[in-house]
Amino acid sequence: MSFTIAGTGKAHPKLVVTNDMMSEIVETNDEWISTRTGIKSRYISTDETLFDLTLAASKQAMKNADIAADKLDFIICSTMQGDYKTPSLACQIQHAIGAKCPAVDINAACTGFIYALDFAAALMDSGRAENILIASSEMMSKHIDWSDRATCVLFGDGSGAAVVTKGDGLLAMRLAAKGDEKLLVIGGSHGNNPFDKKTPVHEYLTMEGGEVFKFAVSSMCYDVKYVLEKANLTLDDIRMVIPHQANMRIITAAAKRLGLHDSQIMSGIDRYGNTSSASIPILLSELIENGTLKKGDIIILTAFGGGLTSGACIIKL
Amino acid sequence: MTFEKVAQVIAENRDMDVSEITMDTTFEDLQLDSLDTVDLVMSLEEVFDITIEMQEGLKSVGDVVNLIDSLLEKK
Repeated sequence: MSFTIAGTGKAHPKLVVTNDMMSEIVETNDEWISTRTGIKSRYISTDETLFDLTLAASKQAMKNADIAADKLDFIICSTMQGDYKTPSLACQIQHAIGAKCPAVDINAACTGFIYALDFAAALMDSGRAENILIASSEMMSKHIDWSDRATCVLFGDGSGAAVVTKGDGLLAMRLAAKGDEKLLVIGGSHGNNPFDKKTPVHEYLTMEGGEVFKFAVSSMCYDVKYVLEKANLTLDDIRMVIPHQANMRIITAAAKRLGLHDSQIMSGIDRYGNTSSASIPILLSELIENGTLKKGDIIILTAFGGGLTSGACIIKL
Repeated sequence: MTFEKVAQVIAENRDMDVSEITMDTTFEDLQLDSLDTVDLVMSLEEVFDITIEMQEGLKSVGDVVNLIDSLLEKK
């Protein structure tokens, strides 16, 4: 039961912002950013909406899967915030592609794609869906504080999508959460309630880098080992691990502890920065498109992020 | 005892000779940036089976050894 990945797609804004360009906005430089994060450039939205990016990625995934809009049984978008609070991004997409199925946004921050895959598996297993469109889209450029050099250099915008169909590609899944309101926070809008007495939360992203690094490395190691054991596989069976692209240093630290070979780890962080929940489907889509990953390959997706949340799954393509 | 274990972990982590490390060696001497420090702290947590909260005050090998000793006492 459960699903097979039938097609993937991706999209990003047209503007490439290099580290040199960032050094004109905040006091930083290419060498500092590259060595500490592995990031060389990121895509930042100018006139593109999150809907534009999501629609492009979704259409590509549907075309590659050869699934028409009227065959979709559900649309799940993962995002920390769409263009509107309502309608949801998923409803905008449903309307734009002419689908008739239910549509909903979920928010598990950077782990959103894995959470969406698990919900898709549950819908398939309960017999309520056979074809599901998942799109993970984030416009980090509106959540970051462009005057904070410690964080604004880390993120980028993008969307990654996948159409999943009934099949037996999902070999193991683990989702986790460890609720925390300090380590990684993005505040929200305050509204204009005249009776409001609460102190407004900081609007933009704040992060305690060291503790987030620890959480990221330890949860990735734990989750990957967990799903391997559950699927009764070892790392030798795994063609590639596609980790959430937050920071090259996190990926390297986790890979070292897990004992992964260099050829088993892929990264697109140099060109994209951290695109939150979009990072895994963007990279997955690239690797399928350029032929690195082929039908039958067994891969692990692993993510961690705000919430705090984490998750990993093993998928046979 | 704690110092020897810490020095061993650092030596492996930084690919250097254990004899180059003393209690007075600073993270700056070791050319550790903030994320290297976290990486090192995580390795030490595993070796000593303790949880170390990241704090600004950690600047030298001596600081780390003293912190670990105090955490081991509380265990």
